[in-house]
Amino acid sequence: MKDNFIHIQSAHCENGVITRLLRLAGHEYMTEPLAFGIGSGLFYLHIPYFKFNGGPAITFRTAPGSIFKRTCKSLKIEISSKRFRSEQKAEEYLDFLLSQDRVVGCQVGVFNLKYFPPEYRFHFNGHNLIVYGKTDSTYLISDPIMDKVTTLSSEELNKVRFAKGFLAPRGHLYYVTKTSPVSEELIKKAIISGIRRNTRDMLHIPGNFGGVSGILYTSRQVRTWREKLGVKKAGHYLGQIIRMQEEIGTGGGGFRFIYAAFLEEASKYFRNDELLKVSDLFTQSGDLWRTNAVNMAGILRGRSTEQSDFEHIADILVEIHQIEKKAFTDLSNIRFK
Amino acid sequence: MKKEDIPQDKSPLEYMTPELCYVKNSNGSYDTALSTGWKVKNEALDDAWERVHDRVESARKAVEEGMKSPIYFYMEKNLMNISILSSYVKIPGIRVWCHMRPFVYKKLSARILFRYARVFNVKPEELNKLI
Repeated sequence: MKDNFIHIQSAHCENGVITRLLRLAGHEYMTEPLAFGIGSGLFYLHIPYFKFNGGPAITFRTAPGSIFKRTCKSLKIEISSKRFRSEQKAEEYLDFLLSQDRVVGCQVGVFNLKYFPPEYRFHFNGHNLIVYGKTDSTYLISDPIMDKVTTLSSEELNKVRFAKGFLAPRGHLYYVTKTSPVSEELIKKAIISGIRRNTRDMLHIPGNFGGVSGILYTSRQVRTWREKLGVKKAGHYLGQIIRMQEEIGTGGGGFRFIYAAFLEEASKYFRNDELLKVSDLFTQSGDLWRTNAVNMAGILRGRSTEQSDFEHIADILVEIHQIEKKAFTDLSNIRFK
Repeated sequence: MKKEDIPQDKSPLEYMTPELCYVKNSNGSYDTALSTGWKVKNEALDDAWERVHDRVESARKAVEEGMKSPIYFYMEKNLMNISILSSYVKIPGIRVWCHMRPFVYKKLSARILFRYARVFNVKPEELNKLI
């Protein structure tokens, strides 16, 4: 496997791993947006009262690992995943799989990941990469967010596979065990169920801090931050939102562009123009997220610090809420043939 | 986002990899393109690091004043909190918390110090130097 492995770069690590693993298993049609859409990756959640790295806990995507599980389930692909207690057993099992010429996905933490620039090494354990071979004591690594393949020594790989903290990977690895040829009918069915699940998650999640209403919740919070926290701390909070939304691995605009690309691809399967219209709505909302990031950076760096600037950001968030609500309502009204 | 609007600013990622983005091409359909970075993102990242540096500096001061032990300084320097540190060194959180008091730290055995030093990537004798 290690001689004819083809690396593909992707915007988001988990999608990249799914795309690569499934294509190797014979699913040549698989692309990153398709994997993201079938796995219902788009989400929004602002957990109240809970702080993450000293800032608001906001996410633009579903829990790590769930995209992979859902995509494989709806395409009837069997996967096996394993976690370990002992580092030694985890390494032995990985070697065993590699000796069978398998390609294995691994969940790792980025804090000790050697090839990441030091500025990006936070305690974040939701990163995924592919191990596709071993020579002596170095593992051949294909990291989906990078433009080329790389290597890690067995010690370095063990360290990142057993990173500690929130969502600790505990040596988590996964691989495709059994797959059968997929008909276009099944892909269509998978796309429909992916869209339906995503509309349910975004429109009908209980509580006022998740789904599209979560964006409204954030907007209400932003209005109060200047008075409650002071300009400096409010700036830090906004900086945290920018990082969750734009940092490497999101494809920009808090995953909205990937989802728009997915709907465009789905419209080719169904020959349905309504999906294209909804895709445009998501492009709009992604653009607004990015405009808002520019405004937030203004407050963060002290270029504009008045209450009116906070109000402006909150107003744009309300607009985003309206666009996304309309987009998902339209999606749920589409009748697929 | 249109393909020609894609930002190409300098960023810490420049020695690692360009970043893949989903953009609209001139035909109005989706395509991928590479970006070297975006300055808005850099500002957010710089801000996060400034906050870390502030915390490390105040930790250094607390240790020098004798309020905290060096364990506390290295914990802040490695962006950890008590729960992350305790799972790395495999010592219960309440004991890690105790080890941050200077008078408990003074009595720690060489074995425990060695475990901390290995997690912080320093030599045991360097723990007191706050580097």
